[in-house]
Amino acid sequence: MNKEKKTLLKLENAGFSKNNKWLVKGVSLEVRQGEIVTLIGPNGSGKTTTAKIALGIYKEIEGKVNKFTNKIGYVPQKISIDWTLPIRVIDFMSLTEEPTDEQINIALNITGVQHLKNKSLGNLSGGEFQRVLIARAIAKQPEFLVLDEPVQGVDFKGEIALYELIKKISEELNCGILLISHDLHVVMSATDFVVCLNGHVCCSGTPQVVAKNDEYQELFGDRASTILSIYEHKHDHTHSPDGTIKRKQ
Amino acid sequence: MLDDFFIRALLAGIGIAIVTGPTGCFIIWRRLSFFGDTLSHSALLGVTLAVFFDINIAFSVFVISSVIAIMLLKLQKTTKLPGDALLGLLAHSSLAAGLVVIGFLSSIRFDVMGLLFGDILAVNQNDLLLIWIGGALILLILKLIWKPLFASTVNYELAEAEGMKPDKYNAIFTVLMAAIIAISIKIVGLLLITGMLIMPAAMARNISNNPIQMVKLSILGGLLSVVIGLFSSLEFNSASGPSIITAALILFCLSLIKFKKYSELKK
Repeated sequence: MNKEKKTLLKLENAGFSKNNKWLVKGVSLEVRQGEIVTLIGPNGSGKTTTAKIALGIYKEIEGKVNKFTNKIGYVPQKISIDWTLPIRVIDFMSLTEEPTDEQINIALNITGVQHLKNKSLGNLSGGEFQRVLIARAIAKQPEFLVLDEPVQGVDFKGEIALYELIKKISEELNCGILLISHDLHVVMSATDFVVCLNGHVCCSGTPQVVAKNDEYQELFGDRASTILSIYEHKHDHTHSPDGTIKRKQ
Repeated sequence: MLDDFFIRALLAGIGIAIVTGPTGCFIIWRRLSFFGDTLSHSALLGVTLAVFFDINIAFSVFVISSVIAIMLLKLQKTTKLPGDALLGLLAHSSLAAGLVVIGFLSSIRFDVMGLLFGDILAVNQNDLLLIWIGGALILLILKLIWKPLFASTVNYELAEAEGMKPDKYNAIFTVLMAAIIAISIKIVGLLLITGMLIMPAAMARNISNNPIQMVKLSILGGLLSVVIGLFSSLEFNSASGPSIITAALILFCLSLIKFKKYSELKK
């Protein structure tokens, strides 16, 4: 059954250099329908760069990027909206696509910001804006979502809810997700495949495989490997070594 | 009716206001005001070359402005100078080149004041045709590229990631700006074109909270400026181009008063 899942994105040995310095090099990964692939790594390890390579924002790259969908939703890590632009949440929602009013309402509702629909973007708080960004990316019913630290600035309660939402989206929309997160708890409990970056791919595999990797433990410290044991009981499925999911009945 | 010089002036001004309204909004959003200035300075070179080689003025201005715009894009990628320095460089070198060419044209009678400040009261029927047909074309293109252009104005990377091809539409918009300057140079004059582009839009920004509303108010502001400016020019015998811009300034000041009240309400 897993074999039928369509591949949405494939990076082969991708790299990007700027001012003669490699930001990231030799990244190979694949995102398939209904899968969450997470990039982890310390600051400056090339996570955002890898996402931008995947999205085609960086064009002069090494290696190959193949995208098999053009229904893409993107939640960038940093975004600044110019105050000279008079733009409301509702205008922002249909920025690159024309979602129906119902789709907009549903998306704003599940990220908990429906009351802000007619507010000006410039007047939102950081956390509110982050929720709007996520709502915008999912309102267009994408096949492939790239979330670059999507819950930054969101309150603790909202954070958990949003990660649950991301999981739900991947299941319900059968959408492939490339997630960048510092939140190892979430990464280890909710994702299907982990790629640990540090300028290159340090290690990759299912959360279980990565957690036992020496380089991972060196990068994130001893405590990082214990996270998995706390959260493992939440799994409703197991993984085969190549990262595909086996559901528990 | 079209024989009446004042009616022709009104029709020309109205045509230009309808086109500069939405374009001016994008110029403000994208912070291109100084870029517009550079393009209109280079228009002087376009006009003088047109007179020199005896070709159509609007066409020549359009070509020169487009060339300057493309040169700017190239220079931005190949040099380490900041954008404003490059704009100043291009604006003044093309202005100087234009003035040098005027020197060679001393045998021909040349209305420099009309060129700088526009001569809306000397509009002929060909000018009207150019404004209305060219203007309609510009508006049509702007409407067709609205979505990707707006998306890349809001955020370049978001637009690029979600397949909106921002580079392509930014380039198209640059050419549209050159076209607007070409069709309106005779009417508003090269020193005041940027004013006509940004002042109604700036006024509209103060009193609008969404992009469509700002475009509509910007067009309305431009129309009011043209009508008030032209009638007062007739009444007080003042130059038409500067009168229009002064009317736009008064509208802007009025919008400012309202803006203050609005922001107080929010607090």
